[in-house]
Amino acid sequence: MLNKDQLLGMFYLMVKIRRVEERIMDIFAQGKIPGFIHVSIGQEAVPVGVCSVLRKDDYISNTHRGHGQALAKGVDLKRFMAEIYGRVDGFCKGKAGSMHIACKEMGVIGSNGVVGGGIPISLGTAFASMYRGNDRTTVCFFGDGATNEGTFHESLNLAALWNLPMVFCCENNRWAEFTPQKVHTKLENLSVRAEAYGIPGVTVDGDEVLKVREAAEKAVARARKGEGPTLLECKTHRWFGHFAGDAQKYRAPEEIEEVRKFDPILKFQNLLFEMQVLKPEGVEEIEAKIKSEIDEALAFAEKSPVPGVEGLLEDVYA
Amino acid sequence: MKEVRYIRSITDALREEMARDESVFVIGEDVGQPGGSFSATRGLLDEFGPKRVKDTPISESAIVGLAIGAATQGLRPVAEIMFMDFLTVCMDQVVNQLAKARYMFGGQHKLPVVIRTPCGGGLNAGPQHSQCLEAWFAHVPGLKVVMPATPYDVKGLLKSAIRDDNPVLFVENKALYGLKGEIPEGEYLVPIGQADVKRPGRDVTIVATSRMVHHSLEAAQILTKEGIEAEVIDLRTITPLDKETIFQSVEKTCRLLIAHEAVKAFGIGAEISAMVAEEMIDCLDAPILRVGAPFTPVPFNLERFYLPQAEDVIKAAKKVLEY
Repeated sequence: MLNKDQLLGMFYLMVKIRRVEERIMDIFAQGKIPGFIHVSIGQEAVPVGVCSVLRKDDYISNTHRGHGQALAKGVDLKRFMAEIYGRVDGFCKGKAGSMHIACKEMGVIGSNGVVGGGIPISLGTAFASMYRGNDRTTVCFFGDGATNEGTFHESLNLAALWNLPMVFCCENNRWAEFTPQKVHTKLENLSVRAEAYGIPGVTVDGDEVLKVREAAEKAVARARKGEGPTLLECKTHRWFGHFAGDAQKYRAPEEIEEVRKFDPILKFQNLLFEMQVLKPEGVEEIEAKIKSEIDEALAFAEKSPVPGVEGLLEDVYA
Repeated sequence: MKEVRYIRSITDALREEMARDESVFVIGEDVGQPGGSFSATRGLLDEFGPKRVKDTPISESAIVGLAIGAATQGLRPVAEIMFMDFLTVCMDQVVNQLAKARYMFGGQHKLPVVIRTPCGGGLNAGPQHSQCLEAWFAHVPGLKVVMPATPYDVKGLLKSAIRDDNPVLFVENKALYGLKGEIPEGEYLVPIGQADVKRPGRDVTIVATSRMVHHSLEAAQILTKEGIEAEVIDLRTITPLDKETIFQSVEKTCRLLIAHEAVKAFGIGAEISAMVAEEMIDCLDAPILRVGAPFTPVPFNLERFYLPQAEDVIKAAKKVLEY
């Protein structure tokens, strides 16, 4: 059973991710951020639930929709924002932006812009743990669309075969860019794909953060014990389009409205109210604290210099 | 000195580097128990054990991806892709991931990955098992591409490649695997990025790679009887390209031809030609010519019409000298 601090910590993180993403959408609409943004609003329970059982020295790999996971893994918000803005004080000296956030210190290997591109790479961090005989675990995050890429299948097979210490976490928000799940696969539950590789597959309600955590805890424990990988499917909902600015003409307006009923933050909030771990005043406090954290991070980012031409030629080779 | 075959030089290099550095491991299809489909990794499993010599399923993207992830954590993988042609199967991992991970993550990672792979025809292996695709990878910033032609160079360069903190595509040649040559008994390295003048000459510069180095040397022997002294440069490394050695030679001979087994059109010869024309036009006494394969897939059973030979190099050298 989780204690009050742990529960409130998870709640704080979920709200933080939501507010950060909302603010990013806002600044992006104002034209202050270069490139493309893919927000994870509506999906907060998955990264928070999973990362709540990880250590700092565990690894995650993730995708273009990777802000929530990076924040849940504990990356510094100021440097994160600076990277979103493409400034030199960002994690990647401003050369990654939203899609390629990486923080080696916190085990965030680097988010990937190729669907399925990061999955084989996560085999490597898991292999390194095994090679060195430590119990550092890797969680590989990807979406429902990625489970149709060849790399998903190659990776599950090899990870299963070698008992790699990792968890494959499918954040199924039911949309692969502009295509809904029922048009990209015959399957209802993607976790059944695990059976093809001889590993356990679990589907959980990805909007219930404690259920996500429970399943992740089992999967990570399995991995740490050397029992091999698990395919953990967390079913959740994507509130906005594929990218910021996507008008979602391919999606029924009723469905777009409908998904908000599954708000993982409201669900958890209500649960915490019931458990009397949280009160409405507490929520206000949390919101205020988060707002000031974000304000500080934005100020840091906006003050940070834009990379100069020397940044162009740097780090092509070591 | 001892005489070894090119393939055994490779095994030597792998063994030495694995003994020297515990973070080096070998991964690929058939590399462990079977000792490698071309026997490159023979004996390594027995010597170093299954932790460090990994047989994989037929999964090129998983092989390269695993190597990438492991490298970010300080391991030094030497991955084998059985035929250069099969790099196409894992292009995303090589081009979008491996080549770019250091740059796009702001220098946080080093990617000391070596991908070993044999190119080349001559065995009637057909269009999907005989290609020379080095031009594709030379075109990708972030990769180094090495193409050794001799037992001496292959060992020295493989050792350097393994010690290099950057991704190195190590292109061997299957028709050269049996080639015998002399190598020192002891430890030696050949630096990446340095071409080698295999035969000095004053009349024409022949820049060659891989098997074409041998055809060019044969051509040079024949040309010398007609009073033509060809300078044969073995590039050894495609990228980073050793421009200096090429420039020095062209300054001396004023005539250049480039010989590679890869398809002539859009091959590395085109890049070298353009580069020299850009920077040394006043020096040149003739157009720059290239010897390469015709614009067809590598044919099964018709290789004698396809693979460039010494006589093609001779013809091109004489043509360059006509001007």
